[in-house]
Amino acid sequence: MTRGPCVAALVGNPNAGKSALFNALTGARQKIANYPGVTVERKAGRMILPNGEPIELVDLPGSYGLQTTSPDEEVTRRVIMGEQAGQAQPDVLVIVLDSSNLEQHLVFAQEVLELGRPTVVALNMVDLAERDGLVLDPAALSDALGVPVIPTVAVRRRGLDDLAAAVAEARGRVAEHPVTRPHVTLPERRMLAHEMAHGAILSETAKHRIHAKMDRVLLHPWLGPVILFALLFVVFQAVFTWATPFADAIDAGFTALGDGVRGALPPSLARDLLTDGVIAGVGSVVVFLPQILILFFFILTMEATGYMARAAFLMDRLMAGVGLSGRSFIPLLSSFACAVPGIMSTRSITDPKDRLTTILVAPLMTCSARLPVYAVIIAAFIPNRLVGPGIGLQGLVLFALYVVGIVGAMVVALVLRRSVTKGAASGFIMELPKYQLPTVKDLALGLFQRAWIFLRRAGTMIFTVTVALWLLLNFPRAEAGQDQINASIAGHIANGLAVVVEPIGFNRDIALALIPAMAAREVAVSSLATTYAVGAADADQQGKQLGDQLKARWSLATALAFLAWFVFAPQCMSTIAVTRRETNGWKWPGFMLAYLFGLAYLFAGATYWTAVALGWG
Amino acid sequence: MIRCGSAIGVTLDQLPLGTSARIAAVDWALLVPEEAQRLRALGIDEGARVRLAYRGVFLGRDPIAIEIGRMTVALRRAHARAMTVEAEAA
Repeated sequence: MTRGPCVAALVGNPNAGKSALFNALTGARQKIANYPGVTVERKAGRMILPNGEPIELVDLPGSYGLQTTSPDEEVTRRVIMGEQAGQAQPDVLVIVLDSSNLEQHLVFAQEVLELGRPTVVALNMVDLAERDGLVLDPAALSDALGVPVIPTVAVRRRGLDDLAAAVAEARGRVAEHPVTRPHVTLPERRMLAHEMAHGAILSETAKHRIHAKMDRVLLHPWLGPVILFALLFVVFQAVFTWATPFADAIDAGFTALGDGVRGALPPSLARDLLTDGVIAGVGSVVVFLPQILILFFFILTMEATGYMARAAFLMDRLMAGVGLSGRSFIPLLSSFACAVPGIMSTRSITDPKDRLTTILVAPLMTCSARLPVYAVIIAAFIPNRLVGPGIGLQGLVLFALYVVGIVGAMVVALVLRRSVTKGAASGFIMELPKYQLPTVKDLALGLFQRAWIFLRRAGTMIFTVTVALWLLLNFPRAEAGQDQINASIAGHIANGLAVVVEPIGFNRDIALALIPAMAAREVAVSSLATTYAVGAADADQQGKQLGDQLKARWSLATALAFLAWFVFAPQCMSTIAVTRRETNGWKWPGFMLAYLFGLAYLFAGATYWTAVALGWG
Repeated sequence: MIRCGSAIGVTLDQLPLGTSARIAAVDWALLVPEEAQRLRALGIDEGARVRLAYRGVFLGRDPIAIEIGRMTVALRRAHARAMTVEAEAA
């Protein structure tokens, strides 16, 4: 029988440190995709055995047992049993155990070992256990389990060579017949786990001191929420201030590139396409890379340290108030980066009604694609001054926009839970993982992956949309004395649409930007940049920054209405696609689209007329 | 189901903060099957030794976090109410 390369799989409970071990074993050689037919992420990478032979390593979703309660756990079970389509049965299973939590993790480990597959055990995070005063004997555990046990510290790269050697050795072993011990009950496994865990302890002193001390502060009834809120506030201030020098440098780079091209080529329509369309368009989006990386840096750090689960704990009561649970907080917080991974991570929510509600409100969380839009408008219309020690007005406005999104999501969730997603209130059961210092390497890898996704979008979809818009704006050519935008195809479409959006204070240029923004929200910025570059009367005006262009053409009321529109911004296409996939049909993405359009229109209108009444029109 | 225990009727949610106890009985009928399974998978079952470590914020002091072994698990008071506890023989 011919078959592909050798496959090893990492299995274990959630919070066993599987992902860190996976990163350490595979480095940057990772492929992330979905299992066919289901929406569970498949993480695979190449691991090198001591003899230099590469094998495929798969990181399976964390699981508490082979009796499954979620789609993620079901995939783990099927891969282990060799029933998962698109995935060869692993030749070697690597069970990952948290050293400080053996009694718990050995329950699932026994279940896996009973299958009789070639197996190796990674006794992970031995350093954290030792920090907590727990010294273990891998040999004793190995005797009890009957398979090799390798102590590892994934984040410090300790024990990796030994683990690779053990995997190579295990591959030579033949799969045994499953141990046929019928009806091993959960209490029996737990009893055995208890015995094995205690048998492996060399010495044990005070229990989890540092961990408990930190929780006493971070989970404190009133100090905890204050810290969480302060932390989120710092994040949004940082997104604005830290990114500025980098963003300025990128901006200067693209300007220089545009000038260089303009100087090097003879004047022609093709040259304009290159400078006004491609370079101005792509450049206006790439300039936000620093801000997006800073936001992801905080989110990845909160996840890696274990603080995210505490945030879920702190937020649970509030979420329960609108019929959700703390579990929804993590997908919603990820949605600040992007609603697509946020919606995908709702799979950990077991209650279907709860999950659907979370998916429907996730787009109200201000995603990073909206940041470019907010940033440009705020920078142009909100004065850059301090309103308090260390509190800038611009950062404050940005924070307020995020808060409006959150409050909107809460209200919508409350309404949905009493109407379309009515059902029994859901519970909240969640393990709070141990605190851990994240490694620079894991963070860097995570950031690199996000940066790559963002740049690839800028290079493909945003590039295409910008060029298409430029073409629509430039053809047919205007007669002498006629305005180019009004003469163009895009202008005709926008003039038609402008009638609809006029009551909420939007002009033709905004109508023009809203259409391509459906592809990706940040395109609204590049569209405005392209429109104003094309519409500029002379070269002098053409050179003006987008912010100055906006200030000259928009009233403050229009700018605020535009911001309000984007708080509820109707969907980008990727979000609609992922919602369709996750809800198995067009019903819910359709519903989502309709309610978001309605809310955006209503709030932009309310903002505009309030602002006009205040004399900002 | 009534079991012999030193503190019949005291449920986990009524335990004072910071005290340890043994789960004497669980009224599984009060729990959603999936949640019951998840609790059991986490080792929260009859006979488990637990300590009420943290109580939530806001009204109702929900959720709570209990320590079981070297693990901390967050759950709702509604779950804790289904679990009768008894003081541990020191």
